[in-house]
Amino acid sequence: MARATARHPRLPWSTRLDKFQRRFAPYIFVSPFFLLFAVFGLFPIVFSLYLSLQVWNPVQGLGTMRYVGLENYVWLMDDPWFWRSIQNTLWIAVASGVPQHVIAIPLAFALSRGIRRFRHPLTAAYFLPYITSAVAVALVFLTIFGTQFGILNQALIYLANAPWSAWAFGGMADSLPVNWLGRAPNIKPAISILVIWQYFGFNVVLYAAGLATIPKDYYEAAEIDGASARQSFFHITLPLLRPMIFFAVTLTIIGNLQLFDQPFILTDGTGGTSQAGMTVVMYLYRTGFNWLEMGTAAAIAWLLVLLIGILTLIHFRFFGRSGLETRD
Amino acid sequence: MRAAVIADTRSVSDQGAASWLGRGLLYLLLLALALLTLFPFYWMFVLATHFQSDIYSAPPPMWFGQALERNYAALLARLPFLRNIWNSFYIAGMATLTTMFFASLAGFAFAMYEFRFKRLLFGIVVGSLMVPPALGIIPYYLIIQWLGWLDTPRAIWFPAMASAFGIFLMRQYIASSMPRDLMDAGRIDGASEFRIYWSIALPIIRPGLATLGLVTFIGQWNNFLIPLVVLSSRPSFTVPVALRTMQGLIQTDWGAVLVGTALAVLPLLLIFTVASRQVIEGLVAGSIKG
Repeated sequence: MARATARHPRLPWSTRLDKFQRRFAPYIFVSPFFLLFAVFGLFPIVFSLYLSLQVWNPVQGLGTMRYVGLENYVWLMDDPWFWRSIQNTLWIAVASGVPQHVIAIPLAFALSRGIRRFRHPLTAAYFLPYITSAVAVALVFLTIFGTQFGILNQALIYLANAPWSAWAFGGMADSLPVNWLGRAPNIKPAISILVIWQYFGFNVVLYAAGLATIPKDYYEAAEIDGASARQSFFHITLPLLRPMIFFAVTLTIIGNLQLFDQPFILTDGTGGTSQAGMTVVMYLYRTGFNWLEMGTAAAIAWLLVLLIGILTLIHFRFFGRSGLETRD
Repeated sequence: MRAAVIADTRSVSDQGAASWLGRGLLYLLLLALALLTLFPFYWMFVLATHFQSDIYSAPPPMWFGQALERNYAALLARLPFLRNIWNSFYIAGMATLTTMFFASLAGFAFAMYEFRFKRLLFGIVVGSLMVPPALGIIPYYLIIQWLGWLDTPRAIWFPAMASAFGIFLMRQYIASSMPRDLMDAGRIDGASEFRIYWSIALPIIRPGLATLGLVTFIGQWNNFLIPLVVLSSRPSFTVPVALRTMQGLIQTDWGAVLVGTALAVLPLLLIFTVASRQVIEGLVAGSIKG
């Protein structure tokens, strides 16, 4: 009865409106995201699963879509280019991923424990490549990697011949100048160098944030016990940083498996000599938009998701638990 | 007592000549690495001012040259580059403004209200962050095609309006900076729920909102894969896509290309010099709190 009167049309409009807006406000506030996500996020995911079971060339219109079951997936299993793109991606993911962390952890330690001044300007310098356009910096690296006149080769030639540095670099002299982007075995290292340069600073900041959570007392206690900086690093910093290492490596795995901009520009969109620089996302792009095989491209996307899922799972299984154990 | 001991050991180790030398070396090392990191940017600006013949010379030029105007003219001869810059600004600007509004509104709802399905809905927001962007790229293209939006700016900024990352960042920020009592205070004063968001929440979260704006702008300015897929004509290209077309010609005009990359990087350098702390914090905090 009370309810019926509450809904009675003779209640003033303003009161009814007021009740309505109070009750539904949170739903209305979050609705734009869900509408957009439904159309541009969720639907593409579902549709790409459907598409991966079809053969379809978009130029010929929707009517030409033909259901083929798992044929796209089966075909990819026998496709040498697909496997090469997986190999390339894994190679680059490791070669560009591991050094990022090997550089970033001691660097973050040095910044937050070793020095007192200029922390921020130094950190900002390391971080800068991360926020700049990958396309722009890849184009700059194209000139740096130039065979005859690239600054990297010229620097290496100088170092290999100069008396003060020949002991370290002289061994390279015979292989100089390096044809970084023209010879297949050099393409992946060149891409990795660019990726390391662009992303190590991000990890420095992550690890600096992780270090900030380690209580200063630990270091002070160690110092009183006569521990050196090196000992503090290996016995305090590294163990306590483990959860952050786990997290940062997770981000690197997920990001590196999806590399596109840098290899795309460095290999001029082709994947390079014998596709040595073609990553999975590049292969996906070429399959879908250069060769217009939308069904196969969708299947590649799902296999990539599977690969990311499996590797993340392995990472969680082997390192996640031990990361948590040190915390307990 | 303990504090005195610590102060004592510290001052001793600080006065040690070995430690002083070590610290100096450490500064030198860190500085060298910073210069090495910044070098490609310097190099880009230097080569952008040189003729092709200087770029292809050994040893290479290390200081600025005379060819900036020539290279800029060559760039404009190849591309409607000012138009491309405008496109990038327009797309990044629209995405930034709309994201700031919708993400803070949704973040406000998730931080300040209790409502049915809240946990589930927020779970979807966070879960959507885990989806690899490449997964949906083909259907994304098809949807844009069906909407008739191919080769238009809204193909890029419209779907980016309410980013999950932004909602997440704003929820964390609002939850930690706005007391819930303010909600009731606003209601007692007769403000509508939206009015509470607009007049009470927004002024409080201004710093967090600025961070979100910076991060969104940078992300959209650098965005490559989506514009590459949905844009097809030179006048509608964004800067990264336009630069890509300069590549792979029989003889790439590197001076012109590098003027273009310098212009692509310049706005980011400006933003970063003014607000580096906020940018770093926004980009890193967003991922850490996840």
